[in-house]
Amino acid sequence: MNWLTNFVRPKIRSLVSKRDVPENLWHKCPSCEKMLFHRDLAANQHVCPHCDHHMRITPEQRLSNLFDDGDYETIPLPEVVQDPLKFKDSKKYADRLKDNRAKTGDNEEVRVAVGKMGGLDVVVEVQNFSFMGGSLGLAGGEAMLTAAREAVERNAALVVFTAAGGARMQEGILSLMQMPRTTVAVAQVREAGLPYFVVLTDPTTGGVTASYAMLGDIAIAEPKALVGFAGPRVIENTIKEKLPEGFQRAEYLLEHGMIDMVVHRSQMRDTLVRLMKLLRNQPRSVATSEGGEQLEIPELPVTVEVETEDGWVEVSPTEGTPVSNENMGLKRAAE
Amino acid sequence: MESFLEFEKPVAELEGKIKELRHMVDDGDMDIAEEVTKLQNRADKLLEETYASLSPWQKTMVARHLDRPHFSHYVTNLIEDFSPLAGDRTYGDDLAVVGGPGRFRGRSVMVIGHEKGSGTEGRVKHNFGMAHPEGYRKAVRLMEMADHFSLPIITLVDTQGAYPGVQAEQRGQAEAIARAVETGLNVSVPVISVIVGEGGSGGAVALAIANKILMLEHSVYSVISPEGCAAILWRSSEKAETAADALKLTAQDLLQLKVIDQIIIEPTGGAQRRPSETVQRVGDAVAVALEDLESTPDADFRALRREKFLEMGKVGLT
Repeated sequence: MNWLTNFVRPKIRSLVSKRDVPENLWHKCPSCEKMLFHRDLAANQHVCPHCDHHMRITPEQRLSNLFDDGDYETIPLPEVVQDPLKFKDSKKYADRLKDNRAKTGDNEEVRVAVGKMGGLDVVVEVQNFSFMGGSLGLAGGEAMLTAAREAVERNAALVVFTAAGGARMQEGILSLMQMPRTTVAVAQVREAGLPYFVVLTDPTTGGVTASYAMLGDIAIAEPKALVGFAGPRVIENTIKEKLPEGFQRAEYLLEHGMIDMVVHRSQMRDTLVRLMKLLRNQPRSVATSEGGEQLEIPELPVTVEVETEDGWVEVSPTEGTPVSNENMGLKRAAE
Repeated sequence: MESFLEFEKPVAELEGKIKELRHMVDDGDMDIAEEVTKLQNRADKLLEETYASLSPWQKTMVARHLDRPHFSHYVTNLIEDFSPLAGDRTYGDDLAVVGGPGRFRGRSVMVIGHEKGSGTEGRVKHNFGMAHPEGYRKAVRLMEMADHFSLPIITLVDTQGAYPGVQAEQRGQAEAIARAVETGLNVSVPVISVIVGEGGSGGAVALAIANKILMLEHSVYSVISPEGCAAILWRSSEKAETAADALKLTAQDLLQLKVIDQIIIEPTGGAQRRPSETVQRVGDAVAVALEDLESTPDADFRALRREKFLEMGKVGLT
């Protein structure tokens, strides 16, 4: 089974919407510096085929790869007070907002979408690091509350893809107050008995990590995503030392018991679907809404440990062969 | 010997003159006593005027003043039988957060707060009030204990922020703060928080999820320190004063933004000039707030707290 074909879905087309067509058809991988053709990159969900570097992606790119048949609906988000402090640094906050809106085509740093995953209703919130560093402010707080409300109303799981530098300084104390507000949102989902998944993507720091990002029933991170409370530079300035390699990366968090798993982007959807079904006690395959037809969820390449002559090795149950680090989607703490 | 802040220089000069004159009184010159009184009045008036119009940056300096009463001053003077409890039952004890049950004006309460420490040794011991995950996890444990025994919770907030260090990150600083916020929202007992000095970002909000949030007149509460904000947005920590203005971190701004419920007026010249009086004022305000909360029959403090935070952010500054 070619792993590429497993992920290349017909909806890939939507990835290459007008805005995403790069002026330059070739991208340089920021990690291995190899040149990548934009179509190949899109087909690979913006993961470098050479070094597996997970690039930061737009909400559109993220959402298009998650839902059954790429079908989803974007939920309108409530209006919030704009620029409540009349904040101005080298630039007016109001102008900064305008620029970021023009740049991203989005009104804010967050999108909430609803659809089905593996036949189950799901609400997905995605943060956009390109919009003011994904920073959490009034809009982000309202988005979380909206997403929670939608999840409860639809009896759906909530999945949040985080990407943020932290609270939005330009909204001062009101952005700090989004920490308890988003925590209320999480509590509402929990009280309804619905699962709340957090997928930590690069980077997630500050007040976002210290609130809803760390409160998931299940915490997943993308490979090498930077996740922490204080940013690395702040820590370096405090301790006056260089930080160790890999510090605050997804794998480091896994090793220290802070998250449940590190999952390759190519296997994110399947992993979420599997866990969602397990937590909700749903069968592997679910009847689709159009009566009777069974939607088969592909077997997942989860790695399990098997005893062989060489001792315990990790294998993929779908293939029955040992998996290498490169194609292993799911790293487990046990390794 | 009083330590003066930069902007108090004119007051300090007057006080200096007064001191000089007092030394001369013994010479028998009658005019000196009169002159001293006159100067003292001028100094008092100047101090009052200065403190009536402190800039946000000046307030930040006052909020951080080393002579300002700390957690230990409050519990020593307000809480009988205070019994600090140690440890997070997971890793260690963090003295940047101190807490335990005690008796406040005749009734049992749970008191939790940041302790910045006094003197060099004390400050090191309490890590300048900057907690590691253990501190927040201890707070979670104490909040849950209070909930279990139906004790109201009083928190005193005074921290520059959560400690940004390798160990803190390794042991889950963000998760610890998130759980403290979650627990603060979750308990069924009434919670009162007082920002008594610095309310620094996530490290502060972890202990500030309350039904009533009070703030001392010259304390500050902010998403980021003015220095940190200046470094990021102005790319120069020298712009801290400008950042302090922009952040709207004063008690007065926060009251207008409906983030806090009440301002506790400090003695003239700031809490650091009259620590005992400040402590008593805080005690009185907490007593009134507690009585007020508990006077509502069958109040659902958990639901009310949630509602309170959901209401925040509906108004901006005009």
